[in-house]
Amino acid sequence: MHIVVFVKQVPGTDNVKMDPETGVMIRTGKDVIINPLDENALTEAIKIKNSRSDVKVTAISMGPPSAERALKEAIAMGADAGILVSGREFAGSDTIATGKALAAAVRKAGDVDLIICGERATDGETGQTAVMVANYLGIPGETYVSSIEVKDSSVIVKRTVERGFERVEIAYPVLVSVNKDINEIGMPTLKGKLKAKTVPIASYDASGLGIDSTEVGLNGSPTRVVKVFSPKLSRDTIMKRADGTTQPVEELMSFLISKECI
Amino acid sequence: MSTYVNASVKKEHDLSQYKGVCVLGEQKDGQLLPVTFELIARGRTLADDLGCKLSCILLGDEIQEIEQVFHRGADRILFVKAPELQNFLPRPYQNAIVKLIQEEKPEIVIAAATTTGRTVMPLVAAKLNAGLTADCTSLTIDPDTKLLLQTRPAIGGNIMATIKTPQHRPQMATVRPRSSKPLPLDCNRTGELIIKEYENATFLTPEKFLEFIKDTTQTVSIEDAEIIVSGGKGMKNAEGFKMVEQLADLLGAGVGATRDAVELGWTTYPHQIGLSGKTVAPKLYIALGLSGKIAHLAGMQTSEVIIAVNKDPDAQIFKVADFAIVGDVFEVVPMMIQAIKQHKEKAKAETCALSS
Repeated sequence: MHIVVFVKQVPGTDNVKMDPETGVMIRTGKDVIINPLDENALTEAIKIKNSRSDVKVTAISMGPPSAERALKEAIAMGADAGILVSGREFAGSDTIATGKALAAAVRKAGDVDLIICGERATDGETGQTAVMVANYLGIPGETYVSSIEVKDSSVIVKRTVERGFERVEIAYPVLVSVNKDINEIGMPTLKGKLKAKTVPIASYDASGLGIDSTEVGLNGSPTRVVKVFSPKLSRDTIMKRADGTTQPVEELMSFLISKECI
Repeated sequence: MSTYVNASVKKEHDLSQYKGVCVLGEQKDGQLLPVTFELIARGRTLADDLGCKLSCILLGDEIQEIEQVFHRGADRILFVKAPELQNFLPRPYQNAIVKLIQEEKPEIVIAAATTTGRTVMPLVAAKLNAGLTADCTSLTIDPDTKLLLQTRPAIGGNIMATIKTPQHRPQMATVRPRSSKPLPLDCNRTGELIIKEYENATFLTPEKFLEFIKDTTQTVSIEDAEIIVSGGKGMKNAEGFKMVEQLADLLGAGVGATRDAVELGWTTYPHQIGLSGKTVAPKLYIALGLSGKIAHLAGMQTSEVIIAVNKDPDAQIFKVADFAIVGDVFEVVPMMIQAIKQHKEKAKAETCALSS
């Protein structure tokens, strides 16, 4: 069984700086982490690997050359191989263009039974890319998955949806995107860390993946960011300062009663 | 693979043949979900601005009181009817919507940012090589170009980005549920019901729907709660967070939390409110010890009344609050609990007095 996991490097903090001119995120090489939900995805893949005898796990990342580090980390956590999708022609890719590139990278990885990815990344937060990859590979894509039961010819997933859960069974090959309820994120192992030092990371640009460079990057992206701005917030706020007395809370109670809230 | 080749076809096609606005309604067990009417309200504004018709796409087997869709403002219903569409499965839904869009050629397709919309729309967009913007908070028509301007929070909600889709059709977006209000009911309004019956092959899939399990762990589901009491990192620890739950319990309210509070394990993910959690719009939202990162605000700022307690006078949550108390939650909240208890006692005494 061959499992592919996507890992994305994201800023390690919420306080991301933006270039005021271009609206592009200023990425500093230092403060990056693996997207937390991708670590859940990886952990799940390793868990499946450890529960069976025949499992190979390949991690795939798209990003600058420094994203190789994320793949090394994935191997340290227990993945067997890493594929990096990198090249200037990918810059400015929206979810459609990214989906095409990642689908092509999956084909490079060989026959795949199961793709596990994080439901969304903490930077873009679109949650679109994973299922788009499923479309480009012509396989089903299941989202919001909080448990995966691996069977011989199918998986049974539990999807967290509005007001409950759905159980769906899908024959291989299938892509699932997971939420944080699926597991506790695993840790790198000593064996894995040693392996990460020796396993070479394959790197492909668009031509290496057999994609026309007009299919990716800004050229291959239907959407365009036209404006970036700071959100405006405003309400007429009644401000009270806690002063040790019950006065502010009494005023709050009168306010709530006047608004028929309680 | 054939899907890939299809999607790679260059589309130098005529954009002007795409007309009309479609929204993707949702049903569960044959009942229309309220989000359908929110989408119709959004779609109505866009269709009026463009001077075109508003259609509501529905997928399912039997749908009760389908005419509500007209009463709430749609001109047409495009109902793809098949037993295979009773429950949501990504592949059959994708295939049905793709087929419908290819037939109808709408200029704009809007869906809800629900688990259904956020799953099927990327599949549809990828198949059609169309642009898709997730989780929009605002959708307007550019008066000059007539393009759909799609505004969404990005980068953890620190910024807003306006996105357009100049050369691809349809222009597609998902919008957060409860980010708009349904139009008032107009029972005299009517429209055109078009039932689409597609061949079985459309619905073929390696997926099998097994069952729906209702979530019984939440005593008050936060999506349905009239009042939500929410806590953030300022509650200090799991013990401190219990005060949030205590106040919620007293008010019969749902418990909400920031991403930080969930990640610290003080409560579970179904309680998370914000960009990566749920969007809520209760009558009353009480924010305790949370600073109000945009990612959190994106999930609650349409609440009717917002109360905030935070010791930082510059906390962003105060900007969206109607009533704010600057102070330590551990000093203020116990007073609130006391005051609400007294209020309830008083109310109870009054009802007893009346009944005796």
